[in-house]
Amino acid sequence: MHQVEIATTQETLLDSPEMVLNMGPQHPSTHGVLRIILKLDGETVIDLDCDIGYLHRGMEKISENRMYTQIAPYWDRLDYIAAVSNGLVWVETVEQMMGLPVPPRAHYLRTILTELNRIASHLLWLATHALDIGAVTVLLWALREREEILKIFERQFGARLTCHAWRVGGMPNDAYDDFNKDVRQFVNNFPKRLEEYETVLSENRIWLSRTVGIGVISAEDAIAIGLSGPALRGSGVAWDVRKSRPYAAYADMDFDIPLGENGDTYDRYLVRLEEMRQSRRIIDQALEKLPDGPVNAKLPKIVKPPVGDYYHSIEGPKGEIGCYLVSDGTAQPWRVRVRPPSFINLQALKQMCVGHLVADVVAIIGTLDIVLGEIDR
Amino acid sequence: MLLLGPINVLNDLLLKAFSQETITFFIWPLIQIGLVVTLVALWVAYATYLERKISAFMQARLGPMRVGPWGLLQPIADGLKLLTKEDFIPDKADRWIFFFAPYIAVASAFIVFSVIPFGPDWAVIADVNIGLLLVLAVSSVGVLALILAGWSSNSKYALLGGLRSSAQMVSYEVAMGLSLIGALMFARTLSLSGIVAAQASDSIWFLVYQPTGFFLFLISGIAENNRAPFDLPEAESELVAGFHTEYSGMRWSLFFMAEYAAMVVVSAVATTVYLGGWYFPFVYRLEAAGQHNLFVFVSLLVFLVKTSIILYVYFWLRWTLPRFRYDQLMDIGWKWLIPSALINIVLSGFAIFVVQALDGWRGINTIESLERGLNLTATGKGIMIAIGVAGLFITAGLLARINWRSRDFHLKTQRRNIRLVNVPKGKPAVQPGS
Repeated sequence: MHQVEIATTQETLLDSPEMVLNMGPQHPSTHGVLRIILKLDGETVIDLDCDIGYLHRGMEKISENRMYTQIAPYWDRLDYIAAVSNGLVWVETVEQMMGLPVPPRAHYLRTILTELNRIASHLLWLATHALDIGAVTVLLWALREREEILKIFERQFGARLTCHAWRVGGMPNDAYDDFNKDVRQFVNNFPKRLEEYETVLSENRIWLSRTVGIGVISAEDAIAIGLSGPALRGSGVAWDVRKSRPYAAYADMDFDIPLGENGDTYDRYLVRLEEMRQSRRIIDQALEKLPDGPVNAKLPKIVKPPVGDYYHSIEGPKGEIGCYLVSDGTAQPWRVRVRPPSFINLQALKQMCVGHLVADVVAIIGTLDIVLGEIDR
Repeated sequence: MLLLGPINVLNDLLLKAFSQETITFFIWPLIQIGLVVTLVALWVAYATYLERKISAFMQARLGPMRVGPWGLLQPIADGLKLLTKEDFIPDKADRWIFFFAPYIAVASAFIVFSVIPFGPDWAVIADVNIGLLLVLAVSSVGVLALILAGWSSNSKYALLGGLRSSAQMVSYEVAMGLSLIGALMFARTLSLSGIVAAQASDSIWFLVYQPTGFFLFLISGIAENNRAPFDLPEAESELVAGFHTEYSGMRWSLFFMAEYAAMVVVSAVATTVYLGGWYFPFVYRLEAAGQHNLFVFVSLLVFLVKTSIILYVYFWLRWTLPRFRYDQLMDIGWKWLIPSALINIVLSGFAIFVVQALDGWRGINTIESLERGLNLTATGKGIMIAIGVAGLFITAGLLARINWRSRDFHLKTQRRNIRLVNVPKGKPAVQPGS
């Protein structure tokens, strides 16, 4: 992205009809510490530039100085809304590189918990997206649902947000006693609640006029930019890592991929809502089929993947989150690289925003569902 | 009435020091003004409490619960907190304008209460014969406060908020003024007390004659007050806080007081013009029974309840609907509200013409008298209500015709369903639109 030229002198400011508006990093709806430099003509966006890095922690570099098992907690803090999904990428990459046989029960539990996490993440997206467009009540309703999931997480992992969920080779401990009951209860209650949110938004004229035709991105452009997740499926591209390269227990699950048509904000909204329903379906099936047995594989004393490089990705709530790992055969990785879905999705912002109004920029940031922890790493 | 005895006693006491004229035209109004300002300020404070409670109940939570029982002292605690906060003026701000803008906002909102008939007789401060015009004129000064605040803050967000508010309030004022004209035709007076009297003497609310006008007034009133879904000037998710981004402490809360006071004003005007003001069936029996002061009190209460109901609609809408976009807002103002207000005027004129033309034709009697507004017989009322209700549909039809080509009109039909595909496992399908 090129830099927006900022008019500095009095003359240029007076001559040009444009105004440069600095949106963020302290702005209520940039979802964290994203800074967007907008060039406005009246309220119409004619150019924009993103400034990121306010949350940079250098976790890829830190990883080079840690043991393989010590790196996992850093991944939980990438996309902190979906810590369970992120943690899975790392442990699966290491497991697959080493060829560790993970017990089936662990795979099934991983499927259930990552899908719960996807619902939690999508609920938070719904909450903030609706808030950005002005429907405040949906925020608290969605958070109420998310709370139920966080309660399950708290009992299972001991944490609500940055759950350190997985260990290389399986899980730290088996599901707690009432796990099945709690998840079953959530699965049973959820569709009714989701209906409720739909009645407030899906048919609402104002919601329609704020989302239909806003932030359109075609399938070709979406692929060219490298979008993934709901942002890509909203444009009608059937790409889902759970289907194309099944991991955990997804190969045994029966579910559909929701696809949009026009690639606008409304399509992405519908796609995400439908994804929540499909996630519920997956959890339902996985609970039915949940096998007994151990949840941990036998591990060597020190985890040392063989020399070489490996790429593994999963379908996170925001999109395809991947891990590229280069090992030199020691106890520490030589290089770790994250494929961050939010970062790549953010690249579509300019294309989506130019020509729209300031109010739409907010809606588009919401629809991209970015998390700055993962963009800045 | 023991309770109301002091009023007469006070009058007698004052008579010893002043002439009756001074008392009627100077001292009583002063007392009234003091009472109204105090009560309205209290009302405004508790409107914030109510809003927080109502929104909390809508959102499955409790709202303020800690300060006092059920959080009843919360507004007072908030007020004290804001009073003690630093009054911060940004370095680059235009100091004097920045300083005075909140006062303009509050003053313009509170002045309007001087002509609002809270009840009959002594419950109204000034019965001006151009009351309604005064309400519209003074409340439009409120725009100035927002523009000045936005401009003087020397902040881009505040500037955008100020610009938005000026465009929005100027265009919605037109619709607001036009929507009232229909009701004025029936009342045949601009005095707010006169409008209530016209409804009381005809024992009917203008709402049933003028459903279109009422809805138009309510919508444009909400927009005029910058309330959700039209709260663009302060749209917190876009413009941080809009025109009052740079304000803090008491000066900030003055803007909020002005906003809530303006809400109460619009609700009060809507009550007066469309819901019969303080008039309530059978309320005159108290007067006939010689209980004059009780009659005034009951009327006051009725007015309060009606106004509160409209206030509730405000809260209800705010916590249910998403926010409009700036251009959509303008569309609604100019392409929907103003045309429908014009159509409404024509239809009201037509209705009055029909009723007048029918009067005396083949023994049909429609008009009783024209002394206090338009007093109609049952037949006349029936015709008027029929035309009023038909007007809703006629307006809707004509508007649909006008806006047929606009993009937003067909939004509902554009609602699509997403496709569900079950891709075979292990086989990536990356063809676009597959």
